[in-house]
Amino acid sequence: MSRKEGDGSFRKRRQDYTPTHKMEDQDDGTNTTSAVMAAFKSFQLELDTKHDKYERLVKLSRDITIESKRTIFLLHRVTSVPGVAEVLAESEVKLDGVRLKIKQIAEELRGQDLHQYHRAFTPGIQEYVEAISFQHFIKERALISLEEINKKLIFVKDNTKEAEGTSSESIQESREGAVYFQVTPTDYLLGIADLTGELMRMCINSVGNGDIDTPFQLSQFLRQIYDGFSYIGNTGPYEVSKKLYTLKQSLGKVEDACYTLRVRGSEIPTHMLADVFTTRAALIDPDEGIS
Amino acid sequence: EMSVTEMFSNIQEYLSADQDVREDIRKVVQVLEQTAREILTVLQSVHQPSGFKDIPSKCLKARELFCTVRNHLGDLKTKFPAEQYYRFHEHWRFVLQRVTFLAAFVVYLEGETLVTREEVAGILGIEVDREKGFHLDIEDYLSGILTLASELSRLAVNSVTAGDYTRPLRISHFINELDSGFRLLNLKNDPLRKRYDGLKYDVKKIEEVVYDLSIRGLAKEQEGASTGDQ
Repeated sequence: MSRKEGDGSFRKRRQDYTPTHKMEDQDDGTNTTSAVMAAFKSFQLELDTKHDKYERLVKLSRDITIESKRTIFLLHRVTSVPGVAEVLAESEVKLDGVRLKIKQIAEELRGQDLHQYHRAFTPGIQEYVEAISFQHFIKERALISLEEINKKLIFVKDNTKEAEGTSSESIQESREGAVYFQVTPTDYLLGIADLTGELMRMCINSVGNGDIDTPFQLSQFLRQIYDGFSYIGNTGPYEVSKKLYTLKQSLGKVEDACYTLRVRGSEIPTHMLADVFTTRAALIDPDEGIS
Repeated sequence: EMSVTEMFSNIQEYLSADQDVREDIRKVVQVLEQTAREILTVLQSVHQPSGFKDIPSKCLKARELFCTVRNHLGDLKTKFPAEQYYRFHEHWRFVLQRVTFLAAFVVYLEGETLVTREEVAGILGIEVDREKGFHLDIEDYLSGILTLASELSRLAVNSVTAGDYTRPLRISHFINELDSGFRLLNLKNDPLRKRYDGLKYDVKKIEEVVYDLSIRGLAKEQEGASTGDQ
């Protein structure tokens, strides 16, 4: 019952906010209670400023999420396209765009406590970690470190200034004006946990391309990551231990794939192996494609 | 070139350190909560009929206990880097709202005014501005003030029982002022918003008390008498 009542009052109040009450407030303010009303007016300003900043960060985070997802989608084409370099170059352009958005976040957070607004942008940052670590894996067959990610998120504030003068003075200035963003270890872990889902999909796809080596590389890589997460175990935040379960599933699928390749690889021609895998994949994860 | 194992062990180190800091914070917060309960006990006794007579002495006692609060908060400050306040905010958020309420209650009982954010910060020995160090978050301050409102609606009821018929009128005026103040704020759908939704019930309760007094001529009589004295 109380919940119902709460909802009702919410709607009523929303309407109440506008003119009628404002006038009443002004009456109060000018007469007896100016000190309290003045204080609350400054609170209004402070809260609105804070909420506005939060909303701007949420919007940036959404844009980052969308662009990162698109990059991941693009990167999945490497399993079916002959020119890997071309796909990588295109993904680099996309990620540069994402980094520009992260720069905007860094600018919003200048002089602020990063953790106060963390919830606003954490989804976007995790998605970016997922995208860049996926790209890094395709390029280097290795896990990107948190330090490497953060190194790419140091921005010079004003590019024009740097271009203008070459005197030591202006370089100093631009260095002072540098903004940087630091991905937290937790966001890094959560992003990497999501990466494993992409790697699992890549494994299944790569067989379709007649690529027999990649699945084995992937299973080895995933095992290393899984061991890493196991090492952290439940000392990490709650969300990390939650993802550990999905991670184990992904690893299981890849290991099964490698098993099938080893056992049946000698019996079945490659093009038919692909069929075996696509039906398996369809059975295993009908909803994996969305995230 | 770092190996995957090295990377994860670096992060594990970070997480362990983080947990150690949280553990230290929790310990201080625990003793702070203890002191807050003591202050509450002291102030709660104003609701008893006999309590109305020696409000000033109870306020003095509470003020003494706030020295301990200041010490605890001073200790808390040393447990984490100053610029990471919001990383650990959740640990002390509740207790800070509680001591804000208690400070507001003392100030109200002493002078029947609304404590300012600066005053609370002064009583707790902390800052108002984030830049200056351990501070009182605005939402925590407002939350503490809302707790005061429900405590005062209770006080209005009990003061009638104790035979003090003018106090509810003053409380009513005070809470109405608060209500107008809060109406200026554009609150999001967050915990503070939920707390604010309860304010209307406190307002309503006090209005009922005032109504009961006025239809019986109780409020007027005393009000006339007190203005006559002045």
